[in-house]
Amino acid sequence: MNRIDNKFTQLRASGKKAFIAFLTAGDPDLAATEKLILAFERAGVDIVEIGVPFSDPLADGPTIQAASYRSLQKGTTLAAILELVKRVRRHSDIPLALMTYYNPVFNFGEEKFALQARAAGVDGIIIPDLPLEEANSWRAVAAREGLAAVFFLAPTTGRERMGAVAKASTGFIYYVSIAGITGARQAVPSEIVAKIRLAKTLTDKPVCVGFGVSTPAQASAMARIADGVIVGSAIVKEINSNAKAKDMPRRVQRFVAGLVRAVKR
Amino acid sequence: MKYPDKNGHYGQFGGRYVPETLMTLLLDLEKEFRKAIKDPSFRKEFAFYLREFAGRPTGLYLASRLSRELKTLKVYLKREDLLHTGAHKVNNTLGQILLARRMKKTRVIAETGAGQHGVATAAVCALFGLKCVVYMGAEDVERQSLNVARMRLMGAQVIPVESGSKTLKDAMNEAIRDWVTNVKDTFYIIGTVAGPHPYPEMVREFQSIIGIEARKQFLAKEKKLPDILLACVGGGSNAMGLFYPFLDDKHVKFIGVEAAGHGLHTMAHSAALCKGGVGVLHGTKSRLLQDADGQVQLAHSISAGLDYPGVGPEHAHYKATGRAEYVAITDKEALVAAQQLARTEGIIPALESSHALAYLTKLARKVKTPTTVLVCLSGRGDKDMNTIKDLLFHE
Repeated sequence: MNRIDNKFTQLRASGKKAFIAFLTAGDPDLAATEKLILAFERAGVDIVEIGVPFSDPLADGPTIQAASYRSLQKGTTLAAILELVKRVRRHSDIPLALMTYYNPVFNFGEEKFALQARAAGVDGIIIPDLPLEEANSWRAVAAREGLAAVFFLAPTTGRERMGAVAKASTGFIYYVSIAGITGARQAVPSEIVAKIRLAKTLTDKPVCVGFGVSTPAQASAMARIADGVIVGSAIVKEINSNAKAKDMPRRVQRFVAGLVRAVKR
Repeated sequence: MKYPDKNGHYGQFGGRYVPETLMTLLLDLEKEFRKAIKDPSFRKEFAFYLREFAGRPTGLYLASRLSRELKTLKVYLKREDLLHTGAHKVNNTLGQILLARRMKKTRVIAETGAGQHGVATAAVCALFGLKCVVYMGAEDVERQSLNVARMRLMGAQVIPVESGSKTLKDAMNEAIRDWVTNVKDTFYIIGTVAGPHPYPEMVREFQSIIGIEARKQFLAKEKKLPDILLACVGGGSNAMGLFYPFLDDKHVKFIGVEAAGHGLHTMAHSAALCKGGVGVLHGTKSRLLQDADGQVQLAHSISAGLDYPGVGPEHAHYKATGRAEYVAITDKEALVAAQQLARTEGIIPALESSHALAYLTKLARKVKTPTTVLVCLSGRGDKDMNTIKDLLFHE
């Protein structure tokens, strides 16, 4: 069984919600990313979402754009990220998902990518610019390799489409909390409660909320309505502002542990 | 078979590679677009503004002194350079803004490279009193200060984009980010036959007026169809506008001219069709300049309007099926062609259109029998005078 599915089964049994932490691979460098993933695990993170840097990250706000840019400047490639996952797997069984734009996957070759990702120890793939309509071959390939193919619901997604996305998504369903790009925001919109309730009437699959969640208070509020909470930009910001510190992974671990506590409360 | 198919594919190209937040919007937009083009009142309104505001129809002009220099070629120019705002771009912005009004959108956004599409968008927003925001790479804001001033004069807000390479592709990323964030009230006017479906089809529809007019005018003058259609290709909107109405005229050859910049053997060009691989950028699958890891590379051209690493998906399809041939012209060759047209015909072409004109010389060397060529003179060169002045008349 896929590690992501296992994790949600365990969480459900204990009545807990998932905390999913995002970071951009190769920012500040791949060695640091490896340490950070292990630090996340120690902080109690349930699933790590590893961002693959892309030259044109059109779903991302300034924080993750800048992290992608820094990472690409260091020469980070998809192949090197798969090697990183292999190294992490020597020490850890934490569920890992790659978040990547479609072009690097398409260039690598969908089948070759799925095969190598699975072999490296990746559990799921999230592709923000691959909607259902373009995902037929990818879904088949991911299913064959036992990789979770995560799809998105957005505030603009209507009821009928919600059903189709919920049916197609495997591992979990990524609910985008607001129409917009990734990045920290002050307020969390109120209509989200109704939307997630609606989604949950359509599916038994876990629904996790991301985009704009940055503080323990927001994370805690989201955990009350969803099966999991995803935090990205706030963590990437924390990594970057501590990039020069010797004990950077430990500092970030402390920050992430605060978010985990808020979700597990 | 008519392209695109129901999901916006042109063979293996096209489609909708966008975040989920935009999907519902694109499906709505497509529905509204189909309704509008079947609605006689929309067509009438579009025709009215093309005539009264933009200055259509444009002439089809026999360039006889130029033709004499080119010997075997008889060259006709479709005079899109005479349109209001200086280029063919306004055909499309008029069509899209009428659609935006039907959809009750109150705010318009656009991306621009050289600023021509930005100016054409600012103009139609002023015409209808809609709020206009134009994203432009910070580098381009510097290089094209005159067009920035024109947009601001017409009430548009120009936002310099500081991310990535600070050029057109980053401006388009930023426009898409704005759109995702403001989906409810905002209409995104894309300037070329690229982007997610239905944009390539929609822009083709609005630009087809070029080919529809040219076909009639050519038939009236020559009592037959032209042998060759010639147009420059950046994203490819003026070329598609010219080509598409001739699609079923199988004996009419299409040639698209890309920017070879410093040369196709260098890294500094914009020839996505001649040199690019298949990939996905800005919501569509097409050919694009990218490295082995699928990271998008920077384009270069003397003409900012061709300076884009991607190209419209239907052009990639025409290349794959052999319906069109794509060639490339360097910065230097384009500049020579601009001088040639200015000298022989008293017309200063845009540097974009000069790429198409430059290919005439190469064509003339290949062609042995009298051949008629219809060139889309997509824009006028006023905006390029600083570049031309610096290169030719530096003191």
